[in-house]
Amino acid sequence: MTDDKDVLRDVWFGRIPACFTLYQDELTEREAEPYYLLLPRISYLTLVMDKVKKHFQKVMRPEDLSEIWFDYEGTPLKWHYPIGLLFDLHASNTGLPWNITVHFKNFPERDLLHCPSKDVIEAHFMSCVKEADALKHKGQVINEMQKKDHKQLWMGLQNDKFEQFWAINRKLMEYPAGEDGFRYIPFRIYQATTERPFIQKLFRPFAVDGQLHTLGDLIREVCPSAVACEDSEKFQVVIHGIEPMLETPVQWLSEHLSYPDNFLHISILPQPTD
Amino acid sequence: MSNSVLWAVDILGRVYTLSTTGLHWELCKDPQPDFKRVAAVGQCCWGLACDQQIYVHVPASDLPIRCQEETYENQRWNPVDGFCDRLLPSDRWLWSDVSGLKHQRLDSFQLPSPYWEWESDWYVDENIGGEPTEKGGWTYAVDFPATYLKDKKWNSCVRRRRWIRYRRYRARDKWAKIPSPDGRMQLLDPFNDIAVGGWEVTDEPAGRLSVWAISLQGKVWYREEVCHDNPEGTSWLELATPGEVVQISCGPSDLLWATLWEGQIIVREGINRNNPKGNSWTIVEPPTSESGIMHVSVGTNVLWAVTKDRKVWFRRGVNSHNPCGTSWIGMVGEMMMVNVGLNDQVWGIGCYDRTVYFRQGVTPSELSGKTWKAIVVNQESGRSRTGSSSSLLSAGCFFGDEVKEQADSSVLTDVDSLCNAERPSTPRSSEPPPAPETQSNRTDVTRSEVVDSGSGVIPNLREQTDPASDRDGEALVERPGHAQGPVSTPAVLQWTNVDLVEARDHAATSSHDFSETSSLSSLGMYSVKADEPYGVDEPPLWVWVSGGGCLVESHSPLKWFSVSSGLACSVQSLSLSITPAQTAAWRKQIFQQLGERSRRELESFRHYEQAVEQSVWVKTGALQWWRHWKPCKWIDVRVALEQFTGNDGMRDSIFFIYYNYYEEKKYIHVFLNEVTVLVQVLNDTKHCFAIYTPETTKQRWPIRLAASTEQEMHDWLALLSTSCCESRRIQGPPSHQAIWSITCKGDVFLSEPSSDLEAPSNPMPCDQLFWHQIGGHLQVVECGSQGMVWGIGYDHTAWVYTGGYGGGFIQALASSSDNMYVQTDVKSVYIFENQRWNPVTGYSSRGLPTDRYMWSDASGLQECTKANTKPPSPQWSWVSDWYIDFNAPGGTDREGWQYAADFPASYHGHKTMKDFVRRRRWGRKCKTATSGPWLEVPPISLWDVSILPRAAESGDSPVALWAISSKGDVLCRLGVTKRTPAGSSWLHVGTDQPFVSVCVGADLQVWTIARDGSAFYRGSVSLQQPAGDCWYHVPSPQKQKLKQISVGQTSVFAVDENGNLWFRQGITPSYPQGSSWEHVSNNIRKVSVGPLDQVWVIADKVQGSHSLSCGTVCHRTGVQPQEPKGSSWDYGIGGGWEHITVRGNAIIPSKVVLQEASESQLLQSSHLDHGEDGGKKSPCKSNLLVDEEQDLDGNAVAC
Repeated sequence: MTDDKDVLRDVWFGRIPACFTLYQDELTEREAEPYYLLLPRISYLTLVMDKVKKHFQKVMRPEDLSEIWFDYEGTPLKWHYPIGLLFDLHASNTGLPWNITVHFKNFPERDLLHCPSKDVIEAHFMSCVKEADALKHKGQVINEMQKKDHKQLWMGLQNDKFEQFWAINRKLMEYPAGEDGFRYIPFRIYQATTERPFIQKLFRPFAVDGQLHTLGDLIREVCPSAVACEDSEKFQVVIHGIEPMLETPVQWLSEHLSYPDNFLHISILPQPTD
Repeated sequence: MSNSVLWAVDILGRVYTLSTTGLHWELCKDPQPDFKRVAAVGQCCWGLACDQQIYVHVPASDLPIRCQEETYENQRWNPVDGFCDRLLPSDRWLWSDVSGLKHQRLDSFQLPSPYWEWESDWYVDENIGGEPTEKGGWTYAVDFPATYLKDKKWNSCVRRRRWIRYRRYRARDKWAKIPSPDGRMQLLDPFNDIAVGGWEVTDEPAGRLSVWAISLQGKVWYREEVCHDNPEGTSWLELATPGEVVQISCGPSDLLWATLWEGQIIVREGINRNNPKGNSWTIVEPPTSESGIMHVSVGTNVLWAVTKDRKVWFRRGVNSHNPCGTSWIGMVGEMMMVNVGLNDQVWGIGCYDRTVYFRQGVTPSELSGKTWKAIVVNQESGRSRTGSSSSLLSAGCFFGDEVKEQADSSVLTDVDSLCNAERPSTPRSSEPPPAPETQSNRTDVTRSEVVDSGSGVIPNLREQTDPASDRDGEALVERPGHAQGPVSTPAVLQWTNVDLVEARDHAATSSHDFSETSSLSSLGMYSVKADEPYGVDEPPLWVWVSGGGCLVESHSPLKWFSVSSGLACSVQSLSLSITPAQTAAWRKQIFQQLGERSRRELESFRHYEQAVEQSVWVKTGALQWWRHWKPCKWIDVRVALEQFTGNDGMRDSIFFIYYNYYEEKKYIHVFLNEVTVLVQVLNDTKHCFAIYTPETTKQRWPIRLAASTEQEMHDWLALLSTSCCESRRIQGPPSHQAIWSITCKGDVFLSEPSSDLEAPSNPMPCDQLFWHQIGGHLQVVECGSQGMVWGIGYDHTAWVYTGGYGGGFIQALASSSDNMYVQTDVKSVYIFENQRWNPVTGYSSRGLPTDRYMWSDASGLQECTKANTKPPSPQWSWVSDWYIDFNAPGGTDREGWQYAADFPASYHGHKTMKDFVRRRRWGRKCKTATSGPWLEVPPISLWDVSILPRAAESGDSPVALWAISSKGDVLCRLGVTKRTPAGSSWLHVGTDQPFVSVCVGADLQVWTIARDGSAFYRGSVSLQQPAGDCWYHVPSPQKQKLKQISVGQTSVFAVDENGNLWFRQGITPSYPQGSSWEHVSNNIRKVSVGPLDQVWVIADKVQGSHSLSCGTVCHRTGVQPQEPKGSSWDYGIGGGWEHITVRGNAIIPSKVVLQEASESQLLQSSHLDHGEDGGKKSPCKSNLLVDEEQDLDGNAVAC
């Protein structure tokens, strides 16, 4: 029988093949070869770019190097979204590998946050984890942890150490014996088609009568347009590149399909027409 | 736990039970007669029927209640007739009891009541003290009374033989009527109340009960000699009382309370093991003078009472030492009655709604609990869910979170008003009653009123805890004063409030009414109005509830409080068990899609570089290390675990221990792939574990490390053991061949045997076996074929292995999430009270200066007082007080003392002239809770268990499993298959004496050991006749008492009480009992013989190069078909091992196998297996294949 733990592993070890090409306007000393890499879905772009940077720096003059950033088909990629989310949101239903363009010039100040060092990613990541725990346990679990536990979470993510990360993270996924689930489900819903970056609301895993809330309940309450009309355009609800059934309980989803930042990052995409 | 049920009676007199795991009330199987009250305990239920008679209901069980009757036939020899019935006039009766003093003819034995039946006719016992007698069963002696021998001698003048017959209680699952007090007082005095308790009176014989009844004239009756084997008791005995008694309650231990007509309570004092009836009454005044006590219910450490105005009161400080308690505390809620059950849990029946309420939050530290919660479950299983849930909703019994919070805060208001009030009793009438329409949940004022028992009413308005503090956020935001006002959220709240107000008015009048008009006789007898609507769909209205047989444990949440759909409860226990949700479509879809995603996104891109490279990973820390060289002591060390990930993704690890030696920095290191076991070490002061490698096993001197906290130790153990398993490529659940063992701490270890473990030449040395821990706490573990494993806890609870892995301290990732359950165990810690005799004061605690401590451990070397003795480890907590152990080996006198000439010596249970010292053993029970892949097999507790080692491989045919119950009954489990390893029911196998050990070997050879030390072979056991037909007595080796037996393919080995290992010679298919015992070895504690006739033992003591270890796993080498006894011992892991079972390992060793590539080992061996055995017993080829597939699957997922 398949174990629920295997889901955690599958989620953790999700990889997206990507092809990095240098933007055509970048000045190089010689031609830049594209670079192929397997990106961990649960990590952040700027966290896993050491090799990419090194590759392209070889062909560029040091004075032309400034902060690296990426786009996909003209859309700048926000490094503070997990890679899997970026892919699901912008590039799912396209061919693989994922073609990402690398820039060193013209940083899009309006669209992207600066990421001068990995400390910034760590700060962002930890603040997400804390926010999630505030929703789940009023922040009690994360606050009771020691500094080294926080560090272990981060190091686990940074070094792609599943065991190291989950040794701590499982505590964040527990709930008190008397309770049936988290207080609120930490989730964010993204729509490629809207201006609004994402939707986030308070949402309990259970209804007043004790019934489990499902993914469908969540979407209906938070983003009714996505499920409302049957005849108009259909939407896909994607997490980690899969489409869980709308009957799936959100509590289970939160425990098993959350990103390392403890949020469920849900993409709502228009159904591809083919 | 499935036999743990709550009993209740509804207003129509029907009796229902509700299982702690159940979701609906079940009607009692025997519908007759109608009842008014019930008093349940674990083993039975007593009831007061509408005919005012007492009945007892004993549930059906696989174990019969049977009693042996015996009588002796005596004969004397005379020269004319030889032995004949003609006795001398001075002789005993021709038929007598064992002493010869009582005349008992065979036909003088009568069944005690119509509820008994004879099992068979009388027959002669052909067994004396473990030795078989001649045919006819005669034993001979020189004269009466004398020592009887089985052999006739020249001077044998008398002989006798023992006749036995069994009677069996047949009123199972039926109400058996108990006769009223008979004889002289023919005037009918029908009964009015019934109470059962006293099953936990310190160290009394197990199964004894105290049954008390009250008659209408207010007399107290005690039922004599009620015990497990005599469920009806023998007769009623009247006890004098200071007044007319109307109601009585008996706690599990030595508390007995009763209410008087006048409203006072009387408490029985002096109840103990030797005097379960107690000796005197003490009167306790009710909490308020205007309203007397109407109803009491007592537990182990609590007393709950209901006054005539239906108020509920809690009595503080009630316990064995102070049966009267100290003071009253008023509780919120108005009840018809309350009942205290197991673990001092409390149930009540609401005064207005007649709903059964459960008191939530009752813990040993907070005996008064937190809130009343209505039990809302379906009445019958057959009813459709929607129907009943809607009807319940309309009845107003079913509310969710929001309403609950509101209700809580409304009570808060009253707390405040109450606290401001001058007089404690009057404001109560303004309190909102537990109106059924509004509150399924009520919060109590924790000790809002404390009234001193002696001096009447003293207002003492202490608020101990703020009841709101642990509530949810929203409730906190509301100021108590505003709580009644409408709050922002749902409409439900609006009408809740409305109802609250209404109910409040109603309460003010009704409670007033009650205080004036309530009469005692109305208690529990609800008048059914003729026109009262009582539809089928209405929840029953209850009159009585009894929780004496209902075990509510904190770790298993009750599902009684909502008419839930399957999903809601499944999520509660998502991490615990296989649930319907697990098979839900959404789950399948997620697994399937994740698989597809990996294929899509990864399959064709595996040659891409990884963005993040795996590298060396180091974990460091500070521990203490037990220095190898003398003087041995704990020294502080730094430790580091370095893990390297190879290109293949597999990891190797080295563990470094850095220490200073004369200012010089040094280190030792251990390759984790050489570690054979990581084991926690018993140490009262440190959190300590040991690391063994083959080398340290030979030395008997492991690396010992200690952490400063338990958590730290568990973190290291979890990390190291995961790394060890990784480096040995061990993952997931154990194979069916695994060897299981248990340490003296109750920890369970297992090892995967390799194919050369049982090789005839150069077998793998058993000190190289790698052991890893699995969750659980057991005393005995036994495995059979096809991965079936059973365990027995220290408290003799039977457990079946669920197929999971991990648990205990092992971190979640190395554990399966399915098949893990909470496992509890209880054991006793013993200390000794020592005394020496002196001419002045007799025995006293003043010893000689050279004597041992007056309170010590068994050896006398350690001082162990009651105060300073702690539970064995922080995982254990006390669950009882210290008690005198009257069952100490060697026997005790009536006060538990054992006497001896001097310390240390052998002790005996009676005082002689030569005895100058005495001691007695005190025990205290402690309990642990852990998690592991084990599921309880209720209800019968076991002493020993054995599973057929090599079963027919056809998928689901039943497998023989035999067991010995903790009472010594021989049992055969039916319905044990690969799919249902727990089986379905027990088949009781009749014996003439209690048994201690059982083993079932190949071809269904069943061997057992009786308590007298002799062996028995069970004849004609077959698939068609799983329990066989008769016993063959096999005498024990000369002057030895056997205690344990193990049977393999053809070999039978037994261990005696002096540690000798015996082999049974001469066993042939036609003569399976064999001919004689042959001595093999001494120094043995336990033996396990496997399906290959391999012999493994736990040796008592093994000397290593550095040290000595007790309790060591040893393997008999040189065992061959022609040489089944083997030639010598190979020493394996040791130092505290208590039990081993190798009965799952049927991998036949072969040289061919070794030459094959390693991955085909299993497959290959199964082929060979197949070949050697011929078609007849073709072993589990298919199973092995399945195994391998599973393993491959596991790996695929892991990498």
